[in-house]
Amino acid sequence: MAEALQSGMPVRLSLRRRLVNRAVMAATGVAALLVLIPLFLILGFLGAKGIGSVNWAFLTHTPVPVGELGGGMANAIVGTFMILGIASLIGVPWGIAGGIYLSEYGRNRFGNAIRFTADVLNGVPSIVTGMAVYGLVVVTQGHFSAFAGGIALGIMMIPIIVRATEEMLLMVPQTIREAALGLGIPQWRTTLSVTLRTASSGVITGIMLAFARVAGETAPLLFTAFGNQFWNLKLNQPTAALSLQVYTYAISPYEDWHRMAWAGALVLIVMIMGTISVVRIIASRGMLKGAA
Amino acid sequence: MSVSLACELNTQKRPELHLADPQPNVSKLEVVASTTPEPAPQMRRPHASTAPDKIFKYLTVTAALSVVAVVLLIVFELVWHSRLAISKFGFGFFAGSDWDPVSGEFGALPFIYGTLVSSLIALIIAVPLGIGVAIFINEMCPRRLRTLLSFTVELLAAIPSVIYGLWGIFVLVPFLRVHVDPLLKANLGWTGLFTGPIYGIGMLAAGVILSIMVVPFISSITREVMLTVPQNQREGVLALGATQWEMIRTGILRNARVGITGGIILGLGRALGETMAVTMVIGNRPEIAKSLFAPGYTMASMIANEFSEATSQLYLSAIVEIGLALFLLTLVVNGLARLLVWMTTRGSPSRVYG
Repeated sequence: MAEALQSGMPVRLSLRRRLVNRAVMAATGVAALLVLIPLFLILGFLGAKGIGSVNWAFLTHTPVPVGELGGGMANAIVGTFMILGIASLIGVPWGIAGGIYLSEYGRNRFGNAIRFTADVLNGVPSIVTGMAVYGLVVVTQGHFSAFAGGIALGIMMIPIIVRATEEMLLMVPQTIREAALGLGIPQWRTTLSVTLRTASSGVITGIMLAFARVAGETAPLLFTAFGNQFWNLKLNQPTAALSLQVYTYAISPYEDWHRMAWAGALVLIVMIMGTISVVRIIASRGMLKGAA
Repeated sequence: MSVSLACELNTQKRPELHLADPQPNVSKLEVVASTTPEPAPQMRRPHASTAPDKIFKYLTVTAALSVVAVVLLIVFELVWHSRLAISKFGFGFFAGSDWDPVSGEFGALPFIYGTLVSSLIALIIAVPLGIGVAIFINEMCPRRLRTLLSFTVELLAAIPSVIYGLWGIFVLVPFLRVHVDPLLKANLGWTGLFTGPIYGIGMLAAGVILSIMVVPFISSITREVMLTVPQNQREGVLALGATQWEMIRTGILRNARVGITGGIILGLGRALGETMAVTMVIGNRPEIAKSLFAPGYTMASMIANEFSEATSQLYLSAIVEIGLALFLLTLVVNGLARLLVWMTTRGSPSRVYG
């Protein structure tokens, strides 16, 4: 078009076409704005309503009954980390191993079937996962537990980490693998110490994204970790989680508890956004350490 | 041996092809090794043996297969615990519209209706927004803003459902009740969709909150698919004198429509299974009402509310059967979506988180 203009050819589009073009392109800008407004509103409200109730007591005390002043969510914060710890112990090694299979051995139909299943598992509603884990773990054990909650979240982490690991390992140049194999290093060592190592920051990014994704999950914890108003550090006891606590407080009819819900939500979102920011920093330094 | 190894590395794309599949002479070697106690050292492969490699491979295969096992286990668990309701009600379960645990009547229709209608509202709002944002980010906005903007939109996907619900209860619902619903009632009341008492909570609120939640999924898949359209395609359309929008419409969107449809269906899959936010704003009443202001109930939110309160075996198994139905529904929807997205991006892993 620019060349046409330079050569002096008349480029005159009909008014209607130009107007339609303008209108549609403006509409896309409006769409972007409309999408960003809720995000800023949510973050803004979390900050404004939550910050007043987040204090030292909130972070160090357990919940108090309605009407009493003070109290906090210390047990829920610790519980969240207990559950997430168990989830990571399950999801990370399992997910990485599955990802290694898909990238190093699974470039075939069988691999495609696994890939598809992982995507299916990723799409399973979290409440359904929670229900299945209830039947498998809670009913078998006879009681709710942090362990059951961790399994539910771990199952949700697996497909995310599988696909992230695969994606990152595939970005490692083939020549690096060949160089290692050429030195006589067995393939398993090559995969672990060279390929996976090269892609490690990318894989860590994937793990942290999976972590951020399940950190705020509530539905699968309803019938697994169940929640707890008191301190509990035992893995086989009902355990509080930030997200569960926010839910309980939000749907309660009490002003005090609403304030606590906002504060809990603020702590939760800071945790998640913190994780994602770390991910951004790692990612901006390049997914692959060793590879050019 | 090592020479042939190097040759194969040059000709084959993947090294595991020859290492993983033992060649005839290698297996012969192993036969020899098993009969004679000490094989001659020079007969061995350069690196001690293939046994650790095999073990490693089988470990990763096991991990990959267990993904399938987990899915099967979930299905088994759901079928097993819902067997009572399945055998008692049969297919009538999905046609019945009465849900009265006290008198033992279980019909799933109100929940299915609620799930479908709330997701449909979400898509009606989110599809134009999601595609609009995708076009804006890819085609309109300054290059420097592009990463920032796409990151910000994808942040929406990182906010937990329960926080959407909290915000929905205390900010969105009052806003809808005071500003939006009366307006809709006055202007579009004749359609029958916006009639009756205004509570704020209800089907419409659930749909709106869901739409915010699925926009990032639709927009990021749309962006990804739009990027796969070759550059010369756009140049070609522009050279024919098209405006920018005409280029996007005929050159890009038309080529990417299969993948975009996949992204939309993927968003639908998310909306169908979304639990906490919906539970907190939909009103939780199992009835089928034409008005979107009326409270409703979805499959997921019913499970969240009633699963731990189920008093009888039949009640419990009816709830699990709804879970099974929800699972199958999302399975079909997600399967279809992945297939469509794969058809356009050729199986490269999705860049959507979760």
